[in-house]
Amino acid sequence: MKKLKVFSAPYLVWMIVFIVVPLLMVAYYAFTTDSGAFTIKNISNVGQYANIFVRSIWLALVATVICLVLAYPVAYLLSRMEKHKQGTMLLIVMLPMWMNFLLRTYAWMTLLGNNGVINHILGFVGLGPYKLINTSGAVVLGMVYNYLPFMILPLYSVMEKIDKSVIEAASDLGCSSGGVMLRVIVPLSLPGITSGITMVFVPAISTFIISRMLGGGSNLLIGDLIEMQFLGNAYNPQLGAAISLVLMVIILVIMTVMNQFSPDDQVLI
Amino acid sequence: MKRLGKIYFALILMFLYVPIFVLIVFSFNETKSRSVFSGFTLEWYAKLFQNRIIIHSLVNTIIIATLASIISTVLGTLAAIGINSMRKVPKAAVMNITNMPIINPEIVTGVSLMLLFVFFAARMNFEFGFVTLLIAHITFDVPYVILNIMPKFKQMDPNLFEAAQDLGCSPMQAFRKVILPEIMPGVISGFLMAFTYSLDDFVISYFTSGSTSQTLPITIYSMTRRKISPEINALSTIIFIVVLVILVVKNFVENRAAKNNSFKGERA
Repeated sequence: MKKLKVFSAPYLVWMIVFIVVPLLMVAYYAFTTDSGAFTIKNISNVGQYANIFVRSIWLALVATVICLVLAYPVAYLLSRMEKHKQGTMLLIVMLPMWMNFLLRTYAWMTLLGNNGVINHILGFVGLGPYKLINTSGAVVLGMVYNYLPFMILPLYSVMEKIDKSVIEAASDLGCSSGGVMLRVIVPLSLPGITSGITMVFVPAISTFIISRMLGGGSNLLIGDLIEMQFLGNAYNPQLGAAISLVLMVIILVIMTVMNQFSPDDQVLI
Repeated sequence: MKRLGKIYFALILMFLYVPIFVLIVFSFNETKSRSVFSGFTLEWYAKLFQNRIIIHSLVNTIIIATLASIISTVLGTLAAIGINSMRKVPKAAVMNITNMPIINPEIVTGVSLMLLFVFFAARMNFEFGFVTLLIAHITFDVPYVILNIMPKFKQMDPNLFEAAQDLGCSPMQAFRKVILPEIMPGVISGFLMAFTYSLDDFVISYFTSGSTSQTLPITIYSMTRRKISPEINALSTIIFIVVLVILVVKNFVENRAAKNNSFKGERA
């Protein structure tokens, strides 16, 4: 099989040019001025946006927790269904995810708008109108709606593999149904929990579309900040690269922490 | 307890589907209102099909997704074969780098490629457009192809390749007749995954497309930025129905295949 190594040559070239070099360029831009001299000013300037970082981490965290709380029972119920039903039900749960996320987020613009469906319905019962869109709550809602399937899927795929006889054994040995949940199902689904958390948290902390469409101008997130430095009015790729670098470090730290909770051989993505 | 579970499941499904159904209902609405349904019309569908920008970007999206997924399937299949025969340390290094575009937030991948393209655009005199978009798509597609194929090697007997050669196959024949059939399911699922990711991608395309070559998600984005256009509702309805049909057919085919397999299993 050794001769087959050469097969990977075209990809290795591609990988170096289009994965490694671009990431090195992010690091290079983050540590240089626009004339190319070394500086740490870009990185220290990121500190001015601490409030945006705190907001992004907070909103992503809230959305992740809500996703976990909502998704856990869904995944559990799915995994306990009869086998032939599971495939179809999983399909129904995952179907909305196949729509482009811009359209899914746009749908919430329709629902939450000041003249939107929800305010209109509330108007009939004499309530509101409430300011629903352009709030941080709307941003969290958009995150939960878009990323909930990312939490359900890894949880389900772990729970589905839990041997039913293990659960029966636990209750035969005197575990209450709450005890079975806490002592058997939750520990066994831990790899699903950690990979679900990363699969929701990473896109949530770096989004710029959800905040722009549902958060108005007042709920800037890290993603918006980066986008503005590259394609917006605030054109400053050096600062943008520095912010991207800090974002990568934050995510790396969180993923390392998450992996601590996962058994070694079961680290998913 | 069981009933409570059913109610909860139904509520979650409502949460997932109500927004989409609202879009579908309002795609048939006579006025541009997003809250009052005043009468039935197919006007927005007619307008959608006359909208050159949307049709053009749809065609562009399909071309890019097709090219990117084919190229990345070839590149990724060869890469997986090569990586599989590497020693442990270089193998781990290559796989770690391959995982980067999957682990990194999309915006970082998009921005990093944009920096690369800006650097070369200034020096080699080319513009952002079809080529940069295609390169970006291949770059985020290949890792998915590789990750779909690698597990197939684990299931394969490593001696098969040499056995085929001992029995008179040339290395090329052994590759075609032994390795390729073994990894084919991974190649196909990798291709499909790459294709759907390409069709759906917005963030990376947004940073690497320029103004000459737009994909459908980028056009959708600029439509949502402007005033309310019920054409988006019509487009969503069509996309929802297309996805629904594809997934139902896929589910049906898979169920039948599973049944056939279990039948064969019983006979054997």
